[in-house]
Amino acid sequence: MVALYQVMAIYHFGRRGVCLYGGGYVEQERKTKNWKLKMLEQVVFYIFGAVLVTSAGMVVTVRNPVHAALFLVLAFFCSAAIWLLLQAEFLAIVLVLVYVGAVMVLFLFVVMMLNINLAPLREGFAGFLPVGLFVAALMLTAMGLIVSSDHVLPGLPPAAAQPPIDAANTELLGKTLFTEYLYPFEIAGAILLVAIIAAISLTMRKPAAQRTPKPEKQVVVKRDTRVRLVNMESASPPEKGDSGGLSQRSQGGKQGDNSD
Amino acid sequence: MIELTEVLVLAALLFCISVAGIFINRKNVIILLMCIELMLLSVNLNFIAFSHFAGDIHGQVFVFFILTVAAAEAAIGLAILVVLFRNRNTINVADLDSMRG
Repeated sequence: MVALYQVMAIYHFGRRGVCLYGGGYVEQERKTKNWKLKMLEQVVFYIFGAVLVTSAGMVVTVRNPVHAALFLVLAFFCSAAIWLLLQAEFLAIVLVLVYVGAVMVLFLFVVMMLNINLAPLREGFAGFLPVGLFVAALMLTAMGLIVSSDHVLPGLPPAAAQPPIDAANTELLGKTLFTEYLYPFEIAGAILLVAIIAAISLTMRKPAAQRTPKPEKQVVVKRDTRVRLVNMESASPPEKGDSGGLSQRSQGGKQGDNSD
Repeated sequence: MIELTEVLVLAALLFCISVAGIFINRKNVIILLMCIELMLLSVNLNFIAFSHFAGDIHGQVFVFFILTVAAAEAAIGLAILVVLFRNRNTINVADLDSMRG
């Protein structure tokens, strides 16, 4: 490459002067830097992809559900990083905030709240392992065949020919969401509302189990049903000098116990 | 530079792992819900990859809606799980046979 640039520089030397050689060199420097950046991008993608696949494997194989939930958090973090690499910044942040911040905390809360006996849940683990691996391998083969064949993904020019999305991702997404997809956006809000109401009404205990006041019974209460006057002898004669206060009387009882 | 094929293969791997997880953890409802979350994640990864490489924002809008529905699904699923555990004192799928399924 350097030789090529030198030849080009020498070719242009007579016309434009010395400065072009320097320009070509800078151009080559920039291209090397760009190549290194692309290489770095790929390396980062592979690292996060490896961690993502590993943590997904741990989610399905680990014994303790709490550990599974924590590995799922790791998987969400790694895929958020990959989404950042694919220039979907808003969705990456939403994934971390909504999933790691809310949904996974909900999962952890439920897993820790339920006192689960783990032994019977692991009974068929080894028995179903071959079936699961077979199905997974079958699906992976089918998907790999689809992805690797060229004519299944038509109409998608090579990535280098694509014009990059130049506007800010969040701005563009917001504009699309609030103009073109306004109606689906409102439906999504309604779905979330339904989910809130359903979750609360499912998990709320029945009113009978809660100790709530009943006003209709409170207003018909008579004095005779609540208060009963009993005539009885006093248990012990009052101490001398006592004025009859409750605390003093109990003190007197204590003193009597000690003297006995 | 990331290729489209690499992202698609990664998403396919993720999807197959979660399908295998559904097969081998078929007694524990919590792990089943987690596997469903992983499946939705791989589908979202596909959407975002196509959105990036086709230069089209609509794929990301779909991911937004999938995230919304998945959050609602997780909330309702966990609520059902809590009620189930309160009534039957188990989350083993094999014990949930009162409908003779």
